[in-house]
Amino acid sequence: MPKRNDIKSILVVGAGPIIIGQACEFDYSGTQACKALREEGYRVILINSNPATIMTDPDTADAVYIEPITPEIVTKIIAKEKPDVMLPTMGGQTALNIAIALSNNGTLKKYNVELIGANLKAIKKAEERERFYKAMIKIGLECPRAEIARNFKDAKKALKKIGLPVIVRPSFTLGGTGGGIATTEKQFDEIANSGLYSSPISEILIEESVAGWKEYEMEVVRDRNDNCIIICSIENIDPMGIHTGDSITIAPALTLTDKEFQIMRNASIACLREIGVETGGSNVQFAVNPKNGRLVIIEMNPRVSRSSALASKATGFPIAKIAAKLAVGYTLDELRNEITKVTPASFEPTIDYVVTKIPRFTFEKFQLTQPLLSSSMKSVGEVMAIGRSFPESLQKAMRSLEIGLDGLDEVKTNINNKKLNKKNIISELNKPLADRLLLIAQALRFGISVKDIYNASKVDKWFIEQIKRIVDKEIELKSKGLPKKPEEILKIKALGFSDKKISQLCGLSEDRIFDLRKKNKIFPDFKRIDTCAAEFKSMTPYMYSTYSKNYLNGDTCESNPSNKKKVIILGSGPNRIGQGVEFDYCCCHASFALKELKYETIMINCNPETVSTDPDTSDRLYFEPLAEENVYDIILKEKTKGKLLGVIVQFGGQTPLKLASFLNKMRIPILGTSKDSIDAAEDREKFKKISEDLNLLQPANGIAFSEKQAFAVIDKIGFPAVIRPSYVLGGRAMEIVHNKDELKKYFKEAVIVSGDSPVLIDHYLKDSIEVDVDAVSDGKKVIIAGIMEHIEEAGIHSGDSTCTLPPYSLSEKIIKDIEKQTKKLAIALDVKGLLNIQFAIQNNNIFLLEVNPRSSRTVPFVAKATGNPVVKIALNVAMGKKLNKRDFKESKKEYISIKEPVFPFKRFPNVDTILGPEMKSTGEVMAIDKSFEAAFIKCQLASSNPLPKKGNLFVSVKNSDKPKIVPIVRSFQKLGFKIKATHGTASYLMDQGISVNKINKVSQGSPHIVEDLLDEKIDILINTTEGRKSINDSFSVRRTALMKSLPYFLTISGARAAINSIKELRNNDLDVNPITSFH
Amino acid sequence: MLKTNRLKKDRITARSKPILGQLILEDGTSFEGLKIGSDINSIGEVCFNTSMTGYQEIITDPSYAGQIINFTFPHIGNVGTNFEDNESSISYAKGIIINCDISDPSNFRSIQHLDKWLKKKGIPGLCNIDTRSITNRIRSKGAPKGGIVKKLINKRHEKKFLSEVKKWQGLNNLDLAIEVTRKKIQKFKSKSKSKLNIVAIDYGMKQNILNCLLELNINVIVVPANTTSDEILEYNPNGIFLSNGPGDPKATGKYAIPTIKDLIHQKIPIFGICLGHQLISLALGAKTKKMFQGHRGANHPVQNLENNKVEITSQNHGFVVTENSIPKNVKITHKSLFDGSVEGIEHKNKKIFAVQYHPEASPGPHDSQYLFQKFKRMINSNA
Repeated sequence: MPKRNDIKSILVVGAGPIIIGQACEFDYSGTQACKALREEGYRVILINSNPATIMTDPDTADAVYIEPITPEIVTKIIAKEKPDVMLPTMGGQTALNIAIALSNNGTLKKYNVELIGANLKAIKKAEERERFYKAMIKIGLECPRAEIARNFKDAKKALKKIGLPVIVRPSFTLGGTGGGIATTEKQFDEIANSGLYSSPISEILIEESVAGWKEYEMEVVRDRNDNCIIICSIENIDPMGIHTGDSITIAPALTLTDKEFQIMRNASIACLREIGVETGGSNVQFAVNPKNGRLVIIEMNPRVSRSSALASKATGFPIAKIAAKLAVGYTLDELRNEITKVTPASFEPTIDYVVTKIPRFTFEKFQLTQPLLSSSMKSVGEVMAIGRSFPESLQKAMRSLEIGLDGLDEVKTNINNKKLNKKNIISELNKPLADRLLLIAQALRFGISVKDIYNASKVDKWFIEQIKRIVDKEIELKSKGLPKKPEEILKIKALGFSDKKISQLCGLSEDRIFDLRKKNKIFPDFKRIDTCAAEFKSMTPYMYSTYSKNYLNGDTCESNPSNKKKVIILGSGPNRIGQGVEFDYCCCHASFALKELKYETIMINCNPETVSTDPDTSDRLYFEPLAEENVYDIILKEKTKGKLLGVIVQFGGQTPLKLASFLNKMRIPILGTSKDSIDAAEDREKFKKISEDLNLLQPANGIAFSEKQAFAVIDKIGFPAVIRPSYVLGGRAMEIVHNKDELKKYFKEAVIVSGDSPVLIDHYLKDSIEVDVDAVSDGKKVIIAGIMEHIEEAGIHSGDSTCTLPPYSLSEKIIKDIEKQTKKLAIALDVKGLLNIQFAIQNNNIFLLEVNPRSSRTVPFVAKATGNPVVKIALNVAMGKKLNKRDFKESKKEYISIKEPVFPFKRFPNVDTILGPEMKSTGEVMAIDKSFEAAFIKCQLASSNPLPKKGNLFVSVKNSDKPKIVPIVRSFQKLGFKIKATHGTASYLMDQGISVNKINKVSQGSPHIVEDLLDEKIDILINTTEGRKSINDSFSVRRTALMKSLPYFLTISGARAAINSIKELRNNDLDVNPITSFH
Repeated sequence: MLKTNRLKKDRITARSKPILGQLILEDGTSFEGLKIGSDINSIGEVCFNTSMTGYQEIITDPSYAGQIINFTFPHIGNVGTNFEDNESSISYAKGIIINCDISDPSNFRSIQHLDKWLKKKGIPGLCNIDTRSITNRIRSKGAPKGGIVKKLINKRHEKKFLSEVKKWQGLNNLDLAIEVTRKKIQKFKSKSKSKLNIVAIDYGMKQNILNCLLELNINVIVVPANTTSDEILEYNPNGIFLSNGPGDPKATGKYAIPTIKDLIHQKIPIFGICLGHQLISLALGAKTKKMFQGHRGANHPVQNLENNKVEITSQNHGFVVTENSIPKNVKITHKSLFDGSVEGIEHKNKKIFAVQYHPEASPGPHDSQYLFQKFKRMINSNA
């Protein structure tokens, strides 16, 4: 069946900000979908609030709306654009939920918009647990026994029926927020409560726990002619009980016989048919009892997902792209796989390698939460690695994580910092710890048997056995040293050992290992991802390295470099807090711009979620760890033919920058800003000198290599001070210390200082305004791309601050000064490309906080706010072009853009929501509008903290803020809000003539504020606090507000923005406009 | 749910001291690996299979007679071996080539380690060989003759073995069906009583085909490949099934085609799979030819031309029916979406149909099992 001609325009819904459970895999799928639909000549209308994506680029769709994805706003877009159909399967849970909401409220019917990809009935059947289970039983599939509960009483009843242990799964939440496994009654009460809160329809499923069973996933694609194909099977190394997003997963499944595999295949297809997914990709999850093979179906997602992005990258089958084409009427047999060019789309990929995905966690940022995994997802990113054996692929994945691992490194201590030994390690293996594979390897080193490790960890013995091969080889290398025969060295490499790891094990230098490899011509083969295990000759420009080859058989490498002029772009690796999709955006644009300049583009990256690892993005893609060895092997290969002009390191964040010295050492040209300039900006002493030479102000500062030195520095610069380790990302372990006790505590708990890693101490500029600047420089000329003013005061990490472009309160003079200083710095540092500078403005003095001679987190936001292709311009400069004023168009003054971060606090129990110098946000939303207030309202909507128009305000502020809060509270009162305040704040406000209800702090006993919050008597909160005791006292207030999804403001500036916006909200209706209309 | 065999499981690691071995191809290329399975040397046609599951079924499929199977999936042996997944009791494959060494098995049904099982079955093999480069070679130059041998240090011995490989006549014009077929007639009663009988001619029939036929609730009489039409007709069959099998259809055709031609004249429904498909095509007047590299995998898309639906199929054939040789009274019902080759035919006037691929799967997807139902409907409407 060909494509539908009865439709002209399609509304595609994106996934919104990056949050845990919904990350940039939806940028990849959404971008693919938009591209595929436009190829077919449809008018594509896109809504997504996330500025950091390729998806929201003005040329991804015919009309791109960077607007909040809420029913009201999407309705406005529908009314304006009148799309014929809506595709809700590319934007994760967010898009599905919007589809349901708009169906339920009649909007779709009113505007005659048809859902394609999945219809309402299918979505509901898949998403509502009760219906899903009934449907599965109908087609003869087993499910874990389960009961639905819509309140706590029913939940308790259900528990009685099913019995402990149980899994609690809230309906309509992503990544299992609020769910968990309960093994005790007490745990159950807690989880059932939080689950009921988290579910937007207040519904939870209480389910027989199949924890410890094996978990599998199938990626299925179906077309309207009922053709079904399985793209990929995925096996979770982690047993059931750990969210699949947090599990280490393998493709394809490795421990199934064909009989079991086909049962699962049939079940997956039957499931899609019964649920009624008409077209597109779905993901079906199964649990298998390892003892008898009993198979139960766990869930299915009637949309593309994180797993489908992984499956696409693992197999070379572009699921989202094909799914989009199927949604408009094509059938699988009519489509070809555009990546391989030789295989049809109606084809089950077969692979001849092993793919390992490992999630990346960020527990170090949420110290009060233990690094334990559960059925609620906690990881913020992932890496994928490909090898010709499981050990090779596993060790490559470990190195891709960028957490300092060179493979299955030793673990010395347990989570409580106790030394691990043969006795206590078993109890660690029992826990669902984030680093469990390292613990398994460690247990093997202790000589614990595979069987005992299995019993404790429930990781399938096959995988433990394979890990044992790595460990055995490690022991051999340690005791016997490196073998002489090249064939033997090759075999070690084929197990995935890096040169670095071998050098550590054999006590030889890494250079020596490399020389040995060079002498014996032991280099990896690059093989192609072709979906067909080499059955057909494929042109897929998508490769991975492997050492699994026969030494004597000569060259079996398939990379076949071209004769062209080429450039390598280093990607940004796994997403993490501090380095997310923004940098992938920059890398992709660098690649697009290079293509325009007619260079061959070569991307290296290891993050399966991204657009940069879409084989369509660059001319050639190497899916490899961003480690020195792997990058260098690729460089050597690419240099054998054509002309490699150099490597681009400035767009992928800190990851490629870290490789700059190595590349420099190996005399590989770094295109754009040089290695020396990078050093000058990052080295405190050098940088201090430059700023002094330029007469720029810096906060008083110093470096300390010991605690004693730190006190000496403080004596000079005074408290409060910002303190942090050098060379960090996302403000890791960065704190503001107010007194000697806090400083002592910092050294005790937060860092280990040494000769190599000193701490940097800056005087903290209290009550100052922070400003971010992005600029492009060619070394002589500098153009300011954007100046952003933070709403929160300096001291809160810039990634966690809400900011505006243009600045909303700075004077012309200050802005001019900032521009001048930026230009001076760019030229002094000889920046060729992008740079980002952070300033703090205190009493009209401009202080220089930090300079990064690379693209920054804010670059995509700036590009979208101003309509300038910032990365493209910077790339051109990096390639030697001179800057021209005409490269940038002046942004229109009448609009203001706001970027607001979103936080993962809900997933980390016991963690406070107060912000500080350490970055905690996972993503961001953007809004652009005629006024600050309108944009702010939209940001609040987009980040799921909608402002109330009326109701009750709770206020509790620290003493120094009391005078400042008065006019704000007065405004609230004028708008009819009832005011509640804690005693101190209430008395102060009453003295100012504001009528206030006093309410107890929690420590003052019932009735207190948290009870009010739980009883939904509060609609908005303002809470500023300082000092450990007050912070601890008010912790439960913030936490409860968070769990109840109430808007809360923890700074005066934030509160001020809120009240101004509420006024606007009451007076004016929100308007929606495509992003290009603002440029 | 699958049955677990309660027999005592053999979980002993099969890893002993590694013995070097090599694969020598007819063009003199040699790959060095470690010997697995049986100690013997062997010579055959090297083909590849791209399935990611089902190695036990593949190795025991009689259609692989005379062939050395190069597995493209790197880990083979993960799930061990069991009693239920054999496609025949004897294995006719000449050997297997795998990428990684065989791991200890991990599956609730596993009874025996693959290495031990291979030894017991008398199948030699090699591991630690880059199977992808062999696949690449087969793809670019066609399926070569090759031999598995314990590493030959002496160049003269290597030369001698190579000449043996070269001397081997290959699969062209080779009737292998006669070697793998049952020597005696076997009768299988259906579970519930049936008066209907199918005579299945065994050219190397897979166990699962028999299972699928028996699931139709019809009695099945399996006869050797060279059984005459008169002998077959003595059973008053309500349907005739032509099985899969190894070798060159033209060679087997020498005795099979006359038999099939006789059967075509009867008004009995006939269903053929793989070699059976090629033989009936030949009997109807079509031609076959040797393919360059063959179709061997469990992911081959086939389009059913009647309803345009796509079936993902299991395939294993090195010969193919040529499209332009198909007579007018026969229509093509299925085509490969890979290369457009003929995957299924049906007689326009008679109840005769056949497919090139394996609807019985094992290993592979179950998308095409409707064909057995179709056969049953034909039989019922004819009875």
